[in-house]
Amino acid sequence: MENPRHWRLNKQRYALVGEVCPHCEAKIFPPRDVCPECGGEAKNRFGFSGKGKVFSYTIMRDAPAGYEHNTPYTVAIVALDEGPMVTAQLTDLGSEKVEIGMPVEMVTRKIREDVEKKGMIIYGYKFRPVMQG
Amino acid sequence: MENKQTTNTKLLRTNRKTGIVGYGAYIPRYRLPGSEVAMVWTGSEKGSPVKEKAVAGLDEDVITMSIEAARNALLRADIDPCELRAVWIGSESHPYAVKPSGTVVAEAIGASNNIQSGDWEFACKAGSEAMVAAVAMVGSGMANYALAIGMDTAQGKPSDALEYTAGSGGAAYIIGPAEESVAEIEASYSFVSDTPDFWRRPEQKYPEHGQRFTGDPAYFHHIESAGRTLLEELGAKASDFTYAIFHQPNPKFPMKAGKDLGFTEEQIKPGLLVPVIGNTYAGSSLVGLSAVLDIAKPGDRILLVSFGSGAGSDAFALTVTDRITSRRNSAPTTAEYIARRTEINYATYTRFRGKIDMG
Repeated sequence: MENPRHWRLNKQRYALVGEVCPHCEAKIFPPRDVCPECGGEAKNRFGFSGKGKVFSYTIMRDAPAGYEHNTPYTVAIVALDEGPMVTAQLTDLGSEKVEIGMPVEMVTRKIREDVEKKGMIIYGYKFRPVMQG
Repeated sequence: MENKQTTNTKLLRTNRKTGIVGYGAYIPRYRLPGSEVAMVWTGSEKGSPVKEKAVAGLDEDVITMSIEAARNALLRADIDPCELRAVWIGSESHPYAVKPSGTVVAEAIGASNNIQSGDWEFACKAGSEAMVAAVAMVGSGMANYALAIGMDTAQGKPSDALEYTAGSGGAAYIIGPAEESVAEIEASYSFVSDTPDFWRRPEQKYPEHGQRFTGDPAYFHHIESAGRTLLEELGAKASDFTYAIFHQPNPKFPMKAGKDLGFTEEQIKPGLLVPVIGNTYAGSSLVGLSAVLDIAKPGDRILLVSFGSGAGSDAFALTVTDRITSRRNSAPTTAEYIARRTEINYATYTRFRGKIDMG
């Protein structure tokens, strides 16, 4: 496992911490220090609410290495209420059918784990159907 | 400064009054009916002590479940997570043998680096032990807020009696100044002894237990000694309390212990969740308390007595404050987590809990 690569992303992965542009107020995720809207420097930290809507989705039955134990799972593009789009797994669907436009909320879950259970566990954001209205 | 002598009594009571300023439950969505377990091992659907138990999903563990409970507690406390001075998790199911669960949870909820974050272990009372420490930390003035969590993805060996009940869930408590609390902590008392009723050796997947020995000399002796002493020292009686919550390995034990101490079914039932979520080990009595705080009225007194094998009990007396009514709707209730329910069969359960040998 590449510990430093994952460690550097802890804040954004665990809690959707991005940035807000001081010039044009655009909310930025993932953080990149330069505003994609106005091109200005944007280093101010911003914690996203975690609320959003499913923009599109697909079901993964043949997963890449490290994700096999979780198949089949749903991957969605989620439009966050604050603007940015993120790609993430949906979780806790139970028997609920996924629909485009469905309101979802961020939860922190296990993302990856090696089969031998010797390496580090990677945690990060996923989205689930909203529990409270 | 006044420095009252507080060590010559059995009670644990701080000079600076403390209380629960925020609380949050977490119960995963999946349910395994007891009839599924009975069918596999006995050929009949009958015999389970519980209707069903809560089961963590494939991407859940004590860290992810603690994060959600802690976020709920922070919503109710309405404090900046950077004000926490401790993030403590008590569990029998820490995801790592070596590497604290608390540091991941602290990072995820936005706590600062200025915290204590060791993990706690005392079988099913690891979470309430962390609460006692949090009360001491806030009561001493070292901290304004300390977070204590009891959470488990409980282990039960296939075909063992524990398999019917060993469930997943728990609750988080932010201890802070009494004047900001939804429930003041009047005092606590802990009773422990070397009693070998239940244990799990390193690298073993499942616990061993002493069958009927887990009852009288273990569960009942410790719960009743702790509960009785706390009541005596406070000069209180069972009828002074609106609710009583006991560690709940099955529905019978807490009901009997409660009745032995003079409590009625009406006082015990609101916090008795084992029939519908199972025994969530270190989360068990604490998630019972969160269910009671969800419905309690200002002025209600609550008795909480945990039990951890090995063995010991922590007993707390709490008084609900006026703040409960404005704070409790800030996060999902325990009942809402229980109502969010997807039934699974035994085969799915074995996959979710890693019981299939993949070779």
